[in-house]
Amino acid sequence: MSQSYNRGLIEDFGRWKEFSAGMWAWIFHKFTGWILIGYLFTHIAVLSSAIAAADGQTIVVGGETVNAYTGTLQGLESLFIVRVMEVGLLAVAVFHILNGCRLLMVDLGIGLEAQDKSFYASLVLTGIIVVASVPTFMQGVGL
Amino acid sequence: MSTQQQEPEEAPETDPEAAEVPPESHEMKAQSSPQQARLQRKQDGLAARERAADETELEGDTVHIKVFRYDPEVEAKQEPRFDDFYVPYTRGMTVLDALIYARDEFDPSLTFRHSCRQAICGSDAFFVNGSQRLGCKTQLSELSQPVRIEPLPHQEVVKDLVVDMEHFYDQMHSVEPYFQQEDLPAGELAEQRQTRENREKVKMSTRCIWCAACMSSCNIAAGDNQYLGPAAINKAYRFAMDEREDEEIKEHRLRIIEQEHGVWRCQTQFSCTEVCPKDIPLTEHIQELKREAVKKNLKFW
Ligand code: HEM
Ligand code: SF4
Ligand code: FES
Repeated sequence: MSQSYNRGLIEDFGRWKEFSAGMWAWIFHKFTGWILIGYLFTHIAVLSSAIAAADGQTIVVGGETVNAYTGTLQGLESLFIVRVMEVGLLAVAVFHILNGCRLLMVDLGIGLEAQDKSFYASLVLTGIIVVASVPTFMQGVGL
Repeated sequence: MSTQQQEPEEAPETDPEAAEVPPESHEMKAQSSPQQARLQRKQDGLAARERAADETELEGDTVHIKVFRYDPEVEAKQEPRFDDFYVPYTRGMTVLDALIYARDEFDPSLTFRHSCRQAICGSDAFFVNGSQRLGCKTQLSELSQPVRIEPLPHQEVVKDLVVDMEHFYDQMHSVEPYFQQEDLPAGELAEQRQTRENREKVKMSTRCIWCAACMSSCNIAAGDNQYLGPAAINKAYRFAMDEREDEEIKEHRLRIIEQEHGVWRCQTQFSCTEVCPKDIPLTEHIQELKREAVKKNLKFW
């Protein structure tokens, strides 16, 4: 063979418009999986404030003196951006769980011919659940 | 031009899929497997598209194709580019027919592989309008214009639409794609019989024409050059599931496919299954081999 021409990465990511359902499902699943891992660490960090609380440390939130754990949570929950991120986290978690169930079915060889439909169904269901959750998450924000 | 061309009023439209499916479709209608349902949907879609094509009346028009050009040995072609060709449309014209016309009438240096023109030699898989398709099995009437024709992605381009297939063939050979049964039935001329059920089980997997469309569509294969790829795994399936081979041989085959760059690399994106021109349920076969591999390793008795 003579010289050849390698068209490089552009083929993979430059062509995202041509991706099929299964490819999107894969990308979203990876993405959401890693976001969840990331959340796990922040979650641990926040919950760890309970250790400080147990040691008797206190924080002042809105003029009130509360223990470190309650204070941390109240402080975070009062921020609008945190509420938005919570909705995002729910979206990510719900999609990951629904698509995870889809992947488990695929691994068992069940319903392979409907794999694209089950992906779209996961997306739609995720959307519905997330929208329905917004009022709950936004309750009392920015008091 | 194409030998396939017929006068429209003399013969019905050439339909490679119909030519391939009928014998089984009758016997299998009754059991209506998911695969069958999928094929049925595909055929319905095809029929609908054909009707639509008749209505749009491409007849008499020209079809605009954009073809990838590259040749490292010719100065003017070292920088890859797209060439435009306007090919007179005739009913039933395929992507391959258009390329042949463009080569014969406009530019003899246009290079691409083809041979059988009936979806059996596997030489003319191209990247057409963003997906891997066989040139000879793809009707121009199904495609939106301009029809963009490129060499298969993830394989190195040798020249124009010709890609280097060596690596694909290596992967195919690495699963030992040949019958290995040692204990043959007594009597020199005795046949090695296969049950009908077992034949049905491997039937689809035997249809591979080594076109490499699946390998090209797989973005795991793109990122991991050692990955066996859908076609090779399907080949392994064809033999591993064949009951005429002894259990030890099957185990040997499973050992090959469960290696680091074997079945476990598959992330079930279904890209291969979507592009396979022979409608082989590749993902299904890969998943089944994964389960077989697990079962083999969990055998305690
Ligand atoms: C009911 C809940 C869950 C289900 C059903 C589920 C299901 C799955 C499945 C089936 C996979 C494998 C995908 C594949 O075949 O490639 C996976 C991957 C993964 N999951 Fe989950 N999962 C769940 C919850 C979680 C949680 C809570 C986390 C994080 C703390 C998480 C993080 C991940 C990560 C990081 C991956 C790997 C992504 C990658 O491929 O790089 N999952 N999940
Ligand atoms: S499995 Fe299908 S797409 Fe892959 S090489 Fe064989 S015929 Fe081509
Ligand atoms: S020319 Fe043989 S498969 Fe298309």
